Amino acid sequence: MSPPEIRQLMSGDEAVALAALHASVHLGTGYPGTPSTEILEHFETLGGRAQWAPNEKVALEVGIGVSFAGGRAIVTMKHVGLNVAADPLFTVAYTGVEGALVVVSADDPGMASSQNEQDNRRFAVAAGVPMLEPADSQEAYDFTLLAMEISERWRMPVLLRMTTRVCHSKTIVATPGYPVPPARVPAFVRSVPERVMIPAYARPAHLRLRAKLAEIEAWNEHKGPMVRVDGDRKLGIITSGISYQHVREAAPDACVLKIGLTYPLPMEAMCKFAESVERCFVIEEGDPFLVEAVRAAGAKVQGRPAMYRCGELNVNRVRRILAGDLSPEAKPVPGKPPELCPGCPHRIVFEILRDLDCIVAGDIGCYTLGVLPPFSAMDTVVCMGASVGVGLGMRHVLPEKDARRVVSVIGDSTFVHSGITGLVEMVYNPPKTGHVLLILDNGTTAMTGLQEHPGTGRTLGHQPTGQISFEALASALGVKHVTVLDPTLRPAELRTCIEEALARQELSVIITRRNCLLAAGAIKRYEKNHEKGN
Amino acid sequence: MKKVISVVIAGLGGQGVLKASDILADVAFRTGLAVKKSEIHGMSQRGGSVTSDVRFGREVFSPMVPEGEADFLISLASSEIAVNRAVLGPAGIAIGPDAVDESKLTNKKSLNVALLGALARHLDLPEESWRAAILASLPEKLHEANLHAFAVGKSG
Repeated sequence: MSPPEIRQLMSGDEAVALAALHASVHLGTGYPGTPSTEILEHFETLGGRAQWAPNEKVALEVGIGVSFAGGRAIVTMKHVGLNVAADPLFTVAYTGVEGALVVVSADDPGMASSQNEQDNRRFAVAAGVPMLEPADSQEAYDFTLLAMEISERWRMPVLLRMTTRVCHSKTIVATPGYPVPPARVPAFVRSVPERVMIPAYARPAHLRLRAKLAEIEAWNEHKGPMVRVDGDRKLGIITSGISYQHVREAAPDACVLKIGLTYPLPMEAMCKFAESVERCFVIEEGDPFLVEAVRAAGAKVQGRPAMYRCGELNVNRVRRILAGDLSPEAKPVPGKPPELCPGCPHRIVFEILRDLDCIVAGDIGCYTLGVLPPFSAMDTVVCMGASVGVGLGMRHVLPEKDARRVVSVIGDSTFVHSGITGLVEMVYNPPKTGHVLLILDNGTTAMTGLQEHPGTGRTLGHQPTGQISFEALASALGVKHVTVLDPTLRPAELRTCIEEALARQELSVIITRRNCLLAAGAIKRYEKNHEKGN
Repeated sequence: MKKVISVVIAGLGGQGVLKASDILADVAFRTGLAVKKSEIHGMSQRGGSVTSDVRFGREVFSPMVPEGEADFLISLASSEIAVNRAVLGPAGIAIGPDAVDESKLTNKKSLNVALLGALARHLDLPEESWRAAILASLPEKLHEANLHAFAVGKSG
C-alpha cells in the first residue's frame, strides 16, 4: 500500500528540496544565486544536510565525491553558476557516478536578477548530460526524483533545468509522487579506469558516455516524461518547461507535445507529432533549442520571430507568436528601481568613489546598485569576481593619469567565490601604478537573501565553523597595505585611506567592514546563541 | 464563479506584497481550488517595485496574469497603481491603499492584510479559509492585529 497523498502549495524550489529529502539525499551543496537559493535553505529546514560552498565549481566537486562514494547528492546554482562549474561537469559526464548526482541549474530568462539570460539547455548538449525541465512545482518534485533514478540507472550526472517562474511560482504539489529505491550506504569501491581521466581511460569513457546517451534517448522516446494533449489537428505545439503553461492558456484547443527530458531529445516523437498536425509551432523560452533540433531532423515547424527571442514568454506573447503578430509590443511602465537601503554601509564607499572620480571595476551583489544615481560610481560589471582582473587589465594599459583612478570593488561573498584568484593575479602581475582593491564586507551574502559564506564563520544553518580572514589572506599573499575600516563610523578616515592608496604606486587592499543592516539583528542573535552554547 | 480569478498585488519592497499574495493563494488552496502564484524575487527586495500574481479557479495554467486580464489590482502604494494599470481587464477593479481607513489599523504594517479584507468583499471565498490562512502565515503575536486589519478592510 502506498502512503497517503499529501497536497501542499509550494514553490518549485521547495518542491525540489522536498524531493531531495524523500530521495534520502546525503548532501546538498551549492552557491547562493537567484532563483536557486531557496532549494538548499529549504532542504536544511526540512532536516536535510545542506551546505554552502565557496563557489559552484567546488560545490559540484564535493557532489561528485559524494556520488563516487555511493551517496546521493544534489548541487544547486543559478545558470551562470554552471559556467563556473562547467569544468568538473564536462568530465564527470565521462567518469559517470555511483550514487545519484543531480545538478540544478536555475535559469533566469528575462534577467529578473542576473547579468545574462543564457540558456543552459546548451550545456546539456555540450557536456553530454541528460536534462529534465519541469513546468511547475509538481514536476519539480517528480523530476527531481526521476533525475535521481536516471542518474543511478545509467550511472551518470543529470541536470535539472529550472527557470525563474518555475523556481518562484507556488503551485500545488501532491506527494509522494512515486517510490524511489532506497539510497545505499556510502562505501568506497576502487574503479580506477572509470574515475581517473588520463587520456588512456578517458577515450573509452567517452565511448561509454555516448552509448549511455543513446540508451537514454531510446528510453525517452517510449517512456520519457512527455505530456501529450489531444486537440484540434489544425494546430500543434511542441514546447517545454514553463512555456507549456502559457501555451495551454493561449491555445486551449491545440494539440500539444510537452517534452520533459530535453536532452537527449525524443526526435522521433517530435517529428511524428509535427507531421500529425496541419501547422506545427515550437514555443520555447530562451535559445531556439527545440526548434533547431526538430528542423535539423527534417520536420516542418514554425519557431518564434526574432522579436520574441529575448526575455520571458507569457500568455500574450504566445498568442502573438501564434497569430504571427509582428507589431511592436507595448513597453511596460517603469516602476521604482531598487536602491541601496537607507543606512547601508556601502553607500559611503560609493559616495567617496564618485567624489574622487574613480574608474570603478565593479562586481556582482547588492553593491552593483552603486552604478545607479545618486552614486553613478561603477563602470564595469561582468561576472562574479571579474572586478579584480578587469581593474588590473585597465591599469596595465591606461595612460598613467587614468590608470591611477582605477579601483576594483567586490563584496565579501563574491570575493570568496572568485575574487581570491584575482588577488593572486594582482600580487603576481602588479600594474606599474599598483592597484587598489576594496572588499565591501557586510558579513553576509546580501543580494540573494542573507546567506552565510566562508568569511562569516557560520554554516548554512548559522552554526559556528571555520572562518576565512580576508586581511590575513591578503597579507599572506604579500599585499603590503591592508586596512580594515568601519565605513559608517569612520567615513573621513576611509576617504583618506582610499586617497592615499590611489596616490601610492603599490598594492592596497581596503576592507570596509560593517554588517548589512538587514542581517545585523540575526547576526547578533547567532553570535549570542554561540556564546551561550560555549 | 468565472473560470479563473486573476489578482495582481503590487507595492514596494518591504511593504508585505509577497506575504499578502501568500495568504491569498493559501485561502484559495484551503477552499479546494486550483491555484498558482508567481512573483519575481531578487532585486525587488531593495525597495523597488514588487508585484505578485495570484490566480485561482477550476484549472489554472500560466502562473502569470496576462496583461489586460486581471480581475483585481491591489496596490499597497498609491504610486504603483499607475505603474500596473495595464494589467487590469476592462471590468477589472483597482484597490489602492485608500480603500481602507489606515487610522483604524492597530498596526500600520498590516495594511497588506487590510487590503485583502477589501478584496474579500468582491470574492466568494469562505471566511473560515481567510481566517485560517492569516493565522497560518503570521507569527502568533501578529494574529490579533491582522485579524482586526482584515475585518477593517472587509467592512470598508
